[in-house]
Amino acid sequence: METIILFSPLVGAIIGGFGWRIITENGGQWVTTLLLGLACLLSWVIFLTFDPSAHPGGSYTVEIMRWVSSGSLDTSWAIRMDRLTAIMLIVITTVSALVHLYSFGYMAHDDQFREGEHYKARFFAYLSFFTFAMLMLVTADNLVQMFFGWEGVGLASYLLIGFYYRKPSANAAAIKAFVVNRVGDFGFALGIFALFFLTDSINFDVIFASAPEMAETNLTFLWREWNAAELVAFLLFIGAMGKSAQLFLHTWLPDAMEGPTPVSALIHAATMVTAGVFLVCRMSPIMEFAPNATAFITFLGASTAFFAATVGLVQNDIKRVIAYSTCSQLGYMFVAAGVGVYSAAMFHLFTHAFFKAMLFLGAGSVIHGMHHEQDMRNYGGLRHKLPYTFWAMMIGTLAITGVGIPLTHIGFAGFLSKDAIIESAWAGTMGGYAFWMLVIAALFTSFYSWRLIFLTFFGEARGDRHTHEHAHESPTVMLVPLGVLAVGAVLAGMVWYGPFFGEHERVNRFFGINAAHAEEVMAEDDHGAGVGEAVEELAEGDLEGADEAVTEPTGEGEDHGETAAASDSAEDHGEEAAHGPAQQPGDGAIFIGPDNHVMDDAHHAPTWVKVSPFVAMLIGFLVAFQMYIRRPDLPAKLAENQRPLYLFLLNKWYFDEIYDFLFVRPATRVGAFLWKRGDGGVIDGGINGLAMGVVPFVTRALNRAQSGYIFTYAFAMVIGIAILITWMTLFGGVE
Amino acid sequence: MIGTDLQIILPEIVLSVFAMVALLGAVYTTKDKAAGLLVWGTAGIFVIVGLWIGTTGDETREAFAGSFVDDGFARFAKVLILFSAAAILLMSQEYLARRDLLRFEYPVLVTLAVVGMMVMVSAGDLIALYMGLELQSLALYVVASLRRDSVKSTEAGLKYFVLGALSSGLLLYGASLTYGYAGSTLFSDIVASSVDGVSLGLLFGLVFLCAGFAFKVSAAPFHMWTPDVYEGAPTPITAFFATAPKVAAMALFGRVMFDAFGVVVADWQQIVAFLSVVSMFLGSIAAIGQRNIKRLMAYSSITHMGFALMGLAAGTVLGVQAMLIYMAIYVVMNLGTFAFILSMEKDGMPVTDIDALQMYSAREPLKALAMLILLFSLAGVPPLVGFFGKLYVLRAAYDGGLAWLAVAGVVASVIGAFYYLRIVYFMYFGEEREPLDRNGSPVLWGVLMVSAAIMVFGVINLFGVEPLAAAAADTLVN
Repeated sequence: METIILFSPLVGAIIGGFGWRIITENGGQWVTTLLLGLACLLSWVIFLTFDPSAHPGGSYTVEIMRWVSSGSLDTSWAIRMDRLTAIMLIVITTVSALVHLYSFGYMAHDDQFREGEHYKARFFAYLSFFTFAMLMLVTADNLVQMFFGWEGVGLASYLLIGFYYRKPSANAAAIKAFVVNRVGDFGFALGIFALFFLTDSINFDVIFASAPEMAETNLTFLWREWNAAELVAFLLFIGAMGKSAQLFLHTWLPDAMEGPTPVSALIHAATMVTAGVFLVCRMSPIMEFAPNATAFITFLGASTAFFAATVGLVQNDIKRVIAYSTCSQLGYMFVAAGVGVYSAAMFHLFTHAFFKAMLFLGAGSVIHGMHHEQDMRNYGGLRHKLPYTFWAMMIGTLAITGVGIPLTHIGFAGFLSKDAIIESAWAGTMGGYAFWMLVIAALFTSFYSWRLIFLTFFGEARGDRHTHEHAHESPTVMLVPLGVLAVGAVLAGMVWYGPFFGEHERVNRFFGINAAHAEEVMAEDDHGAGVGEAVEELAEGDLEGADEAVTEPTGEGEDHGETAAASDSAEDHGEEAAHGPAQQPGDGAIFIGPDNHVMDDAHHAPTWVKVSPFVAMLIGFLVAFQMYIRRPDLPAKLAENQRPLYLFLLNKWYFDEIYDFLFVRPATRVGAFLWKRGDGGVIDGGINGLAMGVVPFVTRALNRAQSGYIFTYAFAMVIGIAILITWMTLFGGVE
Repeated sequence: MIGTDLQIILPEIVLSVFAMVALLGAVYTTKDKAAGLLVWGTAGIFVIVGLWIGTTGDETREAFAGSFVDDGFARFAKVLILFSAAAILLMSQEYLARRDLLRFEYPVLVTLAVVGMMVMVSAGDLIALYMGLELQSLALYVVASLRRDSVKSTEAGLKYFVLGALSSGLLLYGASLTYGYAGSTLFSDIVASSVDGVSLGLLFGLVFLCAGFAFKVSAAPFHMWTPDVYEGAPTPITAFFATAPKVAAMALFGRVMFDAFGVVVADWQQIVAFLSVVSMFLGSIAAIGQRNIKRLMAYSSITHMGFALMGLAAGTVLGVQAMLIYMAIYVVMNLGTFAFILSMEKDGMPVTDIDALQMYSAREPLKALAMLILLFSLAGVPPLVGFFGKLYVLRAAYDGGLAWLAVAGVVASVIGAFYYLRIVYFMYFGEEREPLDRNGSPVLWGVLMVSAAIMVFGVINLFGVEPLAAAAADTLVN
């Protein structure tokens, strides 16, 4: 079953990409989509039936073939199936399948291609190929296989960003994405080398098992001694930074919006960009031994979240707003991973995939309806023209801004996952930098998300009247994915809150962590918890538990089965449990260090911390409402008053300009120098001079010497013997 | 005693007797009428004697008090000489017959030249050496001017003769200096005399001897005769010049250097390296200006002799092995190439201008492809066998501490690739010209194809030449 999931997208890509001439373009589209639908279905089956406790270490491996065997490097091509993989499988295949479906409508007619040109099957093949590479990445059981998938998605991303190859800006964006990712990949590759150097293996099991040892080892790198675990964690994170568009390596992501919108939804919102988060979570056994590196991850994630949110405030291109929003949300995930609550990071990754994909697809629907107009200043009042899209976008916005009932577990997906992260950030940094950055970012998120809604769907119609008159709702094939994703955006948070960020025992069980945990079980004292819990229980297919939870809205610790036993032991034999077997690295999908209590601390965060993101969301909404509904002239005035700040934000903190100055132009100059002077002048000039000047000259001279007269020949021989005799006299071996 | 000696030189005696019997027989009976048959017969005898020598055990035997040595090295060279001479005879028969050049003296002279070469490679004494050398040279002077009514052919013979006499003079002068300072003409005595330090006189003798050998292998700057003689002589004779005598002279060069001057390796190494580097560059550069394919092949052979000398210059077992392998490969490549050149005709007349090959591939794709393989192999393009020949000598030079020579060799081979590739360019991308005749000689076609096939399939194990050459080199150096 795992193999079918992995390979059906590849088969689809091959059939669709190479065989569409035989099965027609339409057939190619259908084949790829149906195969992905199959993969999606099987992924859900695996996700729902996967029981980590049934497998030692919470994971199992499906070997496909022996892959590399060279010296001490010995690895097979295998699928590692554990909870992390299972989560990623459903995220990838679900979004991918929906995007395939959506693309039927979106790509039906494209101005970028001439009449009669075939591009659709190719597009679908690329999408399927991307899916295959992404699945390779997440199912990898060793680093090189992961790197293969990592580069595969990079390639697919390049191909799809540059899909409109007639647009120079699309080509430039594709190249930019590729080059910026190379910087990160270099770090990733160095990390792999370091791990191989340290452990003589690239298999996760071996690496994880030697993580504690690594923390004791020093490694010389760049003329300095480093702690091995810190160094490896840092290098791997550089890889993650590139792929997940974190600060300093984020510049490619907004430009990547040059690609078709379904691509943005699939690759640059839901799946590929979260690969970095996945990598950090996958490497949790190493991260847990690298406190400095994880502190850096937290810091950078928080900074990214804040930075991207500020830039998102003033962007006018609908896709760019969402792109910066993605960048910001990825920052949230890294904060969670950085403080050691990997489950919260995965939770946000999971919910974010739904609502962000939906926002993008919604934006695509708007763009489609508005004849490829992307500037929000030319929208307005579209809610009547595009009712379904409007509602979908509303749900997405409610989800991303985190609307829910404070202090309960009821709310849209983003409410639960984002609040989980903010609480973790508070607990992990003792209310420090990361926490405040994330709260402010939440405020900004709310503002720009509502701004997008207000500018697009409310107010007066602006821009070209003709376009507005012809604005139309998208075809059903595009609306169905929106609907499915909307369900996810509403429910995903509530349904899976428990397994991802609920009681410790449940999280452990969900991720297959086999360790007693000495947490005092605290009964939740709010009543809403019962309902949320009921839904959670349902999610795990436990009807009985759900019943109990509804009737008995108390701490779930006393509920049933294992949990009860575990909590009993925690309460009664607290001492014993505290000394119980700690989790071994590599055991379970994620590793939580013995001293890592951030999640528990987060659960017990003060009320003001738990309410703060909600308040921030509310403020953001009110400001946006004030500025774009009640006083639409206000934004212009504000921009006028605070012009330097406005320009600073509008120009994305001048990152592109600085990079252009620091890297691009010097590189271009060096390139031009080496090309014109070095290659053209010295090498070509030298070779050409030699080949067309010196050699023919010598040739002519030698041919003239070949006079045909015997005395010339004899003379040459005499000269030769004279030279040799002289040489021997001077340098011969005679004493 | 004499019986044993005669038994050792039995192959040479057999060939000599055959030559004389054939001469007398032909003079008194059919004259030129049976020349064709005689050519085939001679080739057959060469092959039989070659097989005979090749299957003689692997011991080292000396005759006439050490002035004649029959060892593995000599046998390797002899087999190569005999087989290549046989191939040349077969290739030339039809060509000469059609131009009414097929005299019965031709196979006889070739046989005598071959006997001379065999004596050369087995020489263990300066006298024997000179005897073999002159026997070979005299025969070659005559065959160079085989076409008596052609000015060019006679000019070639004459030039060869005059310059050859000069080189013989140099060589004899070197031999007498060596004798004077070493007190013996026997190689083993010469080497013994220089164990306790070497005198300048002996080194002068060495230099003059080297000059004489360099003339025979046509190494620069003693190469000047080569292009003119190659161009003037009838093409089969040119092919003969390019193969067997080169092997013999190169083997003789190695024989004298190691057997007679084995203790002054550092001295002759400098001379040989000088000859090598000058030959490689001169051959490569001068060939670029050639439009006549026979002159071009002359410069090509100068370059190749430079490479073979590079192996010798290394002064090691590996170097000699590399040299022998290189010569074997060189001979095979040249046989194929000359088979192609022999088949270049327009209206029944031989053509030697490379312009005539323009768009040859369009008319004879298979032959063009075979020629392409041979030219690539001559240029040393991997993965063809010619590349491995170069690789061996380069490695030998590098291991022998002559890294600069190896680098120079690579540069020279890059320059040299130009003129080979130009012929390929003409054959495949040139402009349409008046086509050459379709020459249907099956012998030439076969030699061309077999040679090209060897260039391709030889990469597998060089047809086992490598261990044979290693064993041969071992007997010489140790």
